[in-house]
Amino acid sequence: MSLAELICPAGTPAALRTAVDAGADAVYCGFQDATNARNFPGLNFTPDELAEAVTYAHTRGTKVLLALNTYPPAGKVDLWRQAADTGARLGVDAFIVADMGVADYIARTYPGIRLHLSVQAAASSPEAIRYYCENFGIKRVVLPRILTIPEIREIRREIPCEIETFIFGNHGLMVEGRCSLTNYLTGQSTNMDGVCSPASDVEYVRDADGSMSSQLAGFTIDRFGPEEKAGYPTICKGRYTAPHRPEGYYAFEEPVSLNLSRLLPELIEAGVHAFKIEGRQRSKSYVRGVVRAFRAAVDDIKAGRDANIADLIALTEGQKQTQGAFETKKWR
Amino acid sequence: MAVKTMTKLTLGPIAYHWPADARRDFYARIADEAPVDEVYLGEVICSKRAPFHEADLPATIERLERAGKTVILSTLAEVMLKRERKATEDLAAMEAPEIEINNAAGLFARGKRPHRIGPFMNAYNEATIAWMAGKGATHVCLPAEMPAPAIAAAARNAGALGLGVEVQVYGRASLAVSARCYHARAHGRTKDNCQFVCEEDPDGMPLRTRDDRPILRVNGIQTLSESYIDLLPEAARLVADGVTHLRLTPQTVDMVAVTQVFRDVLDGRMPTGEADSRLAMLSGDAGLSNGFYHGTAGYRRIAAAAPT
Repeated sequence: MSLAELICPAGTPAALRTAVDAGADAVYCGFQDATNARNFPGLNFTPDELAEAVTYAHTRGTKVLLALNTYPPAGKVDLWRQAADTGARLGVDAFIVADMGVADYIARTYPGIRLHLSVQAAASSPEAIRYYCENFGIKRVVLPRILTIPEIREIRREIPCEIETFIFGNHGLMVEGRCSLTNYLTGQSTNMDGVCSPASDVEYVRDADGSMSSQLAGFTIDRFGPEEKAGYPTICKGRYTAPHRPEGYYAFEEPVSLNLSRLLPELIEAGVHAFKIEGRQRSKSYVRGVVRAFRAAVDDIKAGRDANIADLIALTEGQKQTQGAFETKKWR
Repeated sequence: MAVKTMTKLTLGPIAYHWPADARRDFYARIADEAPVDEVYLGEVICSKRAPFHEADLPATIERLERAGKTVILSTLAEVMLKRERKATEDLAAMEAPEIEINNAAGLFARGKRPHRIGPFMNAYNEATIAWMAGKGATHVCLPAEMPAPAIAAAARNAGALGLGVEVQVYGRASLAVSARCYHARAHGRTKDNCQFVCEEDPDGMPLRTRDDRPILRVNGIQTLSESYIDLLPEAARLVADGVTHLRLTPQTVDMVAVTQVFRDVLDGRMPTGEADSRLAMLSGDAGLSNGFYHGTAGYRRIAAAAPT
């Protein structure tokens, strides 16, 4: 049976304490710079805050995973190395990495600290995962959100490391670590700067007919009628027109969030070791609610009881949700 | 100029689902007429397409090599399904021609035998490039979104290790790949029953914003830039910074003429002003952009500084 650890988002010190108190087995977080993929204003940790957070978490038996999961551009590698040095000094339990140069540095310099392979490395086959395991001693892979459960089960049999999957939160459509959409429109890179559809480039513009355009860097990502609620302009969740779709359609995906609560027992049975809840940018109350509900569900399943799935479904009430690729190949 | 003539022009793999006869004609012309030194072949985007042109591959390789071109086979960017794993393994097992690897599954299969690193491998920095060189990489194509200072730093370090360094200088930039086929989705289908509808769009399916501004192109599981990258004005600077190979990616324009413009500029046979307008004309309706290189939004066109 898998350990079914709950890996929970900690965008701020307060969110970290909330997640720990709500029953997280581990929290993941990052520094206030380009070294992690949620480099958003107002988020993340100073070294001093991380030191306090590690103490808080460790005192309560919770692990701290440090995300160093972006790709340093040439000439700036030192920033990532210094972040690793700081994390090691503060006693984090694992580094979450994507770049081979960063992985190699940590594997050589801190062989005693666990390395997890970030979803940003886009390792979606047993061979790719084994490449990272054999070369950098990766202990756990965070799988891209593109695989069905039978596929996960098969991968599990062919790799020497643990598997972590996303179960809840934002549903990324593109292969992570291979997306430059944001950089194309805004000049800030997801891979190099840790930025995705940045708020600083967002504008909501009221059109003459009363409809609302949500724009990113001046590009209309979607347009909403006077009665519709205007959504955030994330490029891969926008509505566009195509020659066969003159009416405008969600070319990539609707603005849905991932919720795999129904599949939880099956994922545990498939040998998934850890479940990741997305949302370092979310509020404390969101973190509290989601972590508590999943804590209870995982504990029930591990104890052989039926989990109260309804509570988990209710977490995204009013929002569209999906089981994405996990449920069926037809998602592709 | 002598140094510049050492610079190699390469033709990247065809990203789109061009019909087999169109590919044959295309490569016949490239072999006979295009001043490119190296040509990358193979299906990089969708494993379902490969059977349509695999049969022609040996003849295409032979034809290009006979014309004096170096041929390199590129592996898939996304490897997930059995057939994709098998295809990657088969390419990695080849002794010749050279291979360009676009997924870590290919690195695993290749071991320490020599290979090139493709643009999907995220070789962003000197540490990663040094790691890859230690594992048999002989050549690296940098990601299209890298800005000039990072390109220069990467090229300097890669050059010191004896690696070839390649940068895309023409054609649409690959901006994302996905497990989902967006061509199929646009037609109400899924990847498994796509009926190869992507063949209808040999230069990608245009997406426009709802206020009718062109924004992106869809090519199966891939999303591309609406504009063509054009680093012709920056070519001399790239070469001076240590870039050894300039990559042009095939679009539905006269690629023979496009490569000739680049060659003429590199060899000092055409003034840059004339070359710029000629390239704009050859590129038709496509916007030209160099924003990534200049560290700004990729779609932007940054004008060259006025000569002083």
